[in-house]
Amino acid sequence: MKILVPIKRVVDYNVKVRANADGSDVDLANVKMSVNPFCEIAVEEAIRLKEAGTASEVVVVSIGIAKAQEQLRAALALGADRAILITTETELEPLAVAKCLQALVEKESPELILLGKQSIDGDNNQTGQMLAALCGMPQGTFASKVEVTDGYVAVTREIDGGSQTLKLKLPAIVTTDLRLNEPRYASLPNIMKAKKKPLETLAVEDLGVNIAARTQLLSVAPPPERKGGIKVANVDELLDKLKNEAKVIA
Amino acid sequence: MSVLVIAEHDNSSLKPATLNSVAAASALNTDIHILVAGHNCSAVAEAACAVAGVASVLVADQPCYGHQLAENLAPLVAELAANYSHVLAPSTTTGKNLIPRAAALADSQPISDILSVVDGDTFTRPIYAGNVIATVKSNDAIKFLTVRSTAFDAVASVGGSAAVVTLSQAHDLALSSFVGEELAESDRPELTAASVVVSGGRGMQNGENFELLYTLADKLGAAVGASRAAVDAGFVANDMQVGQTGKIVAPDLYIAVGISGAIQHLAGMKGSKVIVAINKDEDAPIFQVADYGLVADLFDVLPELNEKLG
Repeated sequence: MKILVPIKRVVDYNVKVRANADGSDVDLANVKMSVNPFCEIAVEEAIRLKEAGTASEVVVVSIGIAKAQEQLRAALALGADRAILITTETELEPLAVAKCLQALVEKESPELILLGKQSIDGDNNQTGQMLAALCGMPQGTFASKVEVTDGYVAVTREIDGGSQTLKLKLPAIVTTDLRLNEPRYASLPNIMKAKKKPLETLAVEDLGVNIAARTQLLSVAPPPERKGGIKVANVDELLDKLKNEAKVIA
Repeated sequence: MSVLVIAEHDNSSLKPATLNSVAAASALNTDIHILVAGHNCSAVAEAACAVAGVASVLVADQPCYGHQLAENLAPLVAELAANYSHVLAPSTTTGKNLIPRAAALADSQPISDILSVVDGDTFTRPIYAGNVIATVKSNDAIKFLTVRSTAFDAVASVGGSAAVVTLSQAHDLALSSFVGEELAESDRPELTAASVVVSGGRGMQNGENFELLYTLADKLGAAVGASRAAVDAGFVANDMQVGQTGKIVAPDLYIAVGISGAIQHLAGMKGSKVIVAINKDEDAPIFQVADYGLVADLFDVLPELNEKLG
């Protein structure tokens, strides 16, 4: 079974992102970039399926600037077999990303596509579901457990009230939640080996899909500030404030 | 043109998040229709008809919609969408699962997790874990939106008298099937709907100590939440997690106990009206957003609070 894992280069999760001075966009000058954490979980799950003998090949793909090669090399160092970079200078919307990936799915014919449930920059949580729609495949979103058994994948999903298990016909799309696994760290020998693994580059124009933007970012702003409150000395003062000042308890 | 709101329900009751999405829809100043797709869901349809300000309730009662499988629901929603300017659903796991799939079928780029309606094309939404609020304009003919419930005050669940339209479409794609689910059973209010939330973090040290929070919660009629640190440490179940990757809450009173206040946690609760922080580390970032901070050992404070609240 071939597994395709689309990954995204995003601002590292430790970076606190702010709006720039004129409020036109976020300020991303000279910040550290990493593999989106949810995508890393998807890569880890694919590698585990390969180690278990379920998968035969793990292909990682990213769409973005040439530097996204760094993130693909990181995924190769974790154990992916080969990588594809679809280059574009434009920041694509999830629908356009899904269309590019659909074109790649038609070419590669993976049986399982593992994606992160959302990227921590746009926080859209859309690409997997949209790719599933375009490919006519079932979707198991927010997965905390993935089990492949002949012709099907059972996905346990994290839902608001608890968890839910669905059985999906392969080929299928699974998006990962935080508790699916804990990604490994790449070892130095594997980082060296990853440099020799195949990384194919193609231009987004070669895919022949319509990637025109549907939305415009008009402005960005910091969220409303909460002004700091006061410190209370003890439980009695706290209860007094809650009852008589804030009036939130009886 | 009218707008369509997708009802969140379990075939027997209409979930309150639907009322917040109707509130968002009402900001678009046009007729509001609700879609109730499910199986044996007539009680939900009845409840949807009573929602204030709703003109019409479309009911698709079919076995293939019983478990809200996105594969089967998305073609129905995409087909209906042709008659509407906007399609809205709560930003719950159900809405987030369905809306992008339906939007892709209708060739529209959805807008997730809206916080406000600026006009019919323009919306605000959080990006970068809520550290930035983006104002986004959609140029798509049909706009698909998920709605952050805490950002819109719910409309009344009574007072409406919408007409029912029965739909006969049954899109059974047979791509997926429901195996089972495990839902947390609790007598306490639901986290996202509770007016008081008591949350514990890593400072609770273990799952047994959460009993102290359950006692406090029961005295206050509160729901109990947790930080990601507490969930990752295995103290409590994941469905209790409050934060960017967990639940977004905005109660009247939020009491954070033994929670340091990581950005990811703050993103899930800083819309609360009054925030109380109890932490023995006076430099904990949680105090920067707290209206009332108490620097003390939670193992002294909680028993005292529980005793004094009677």
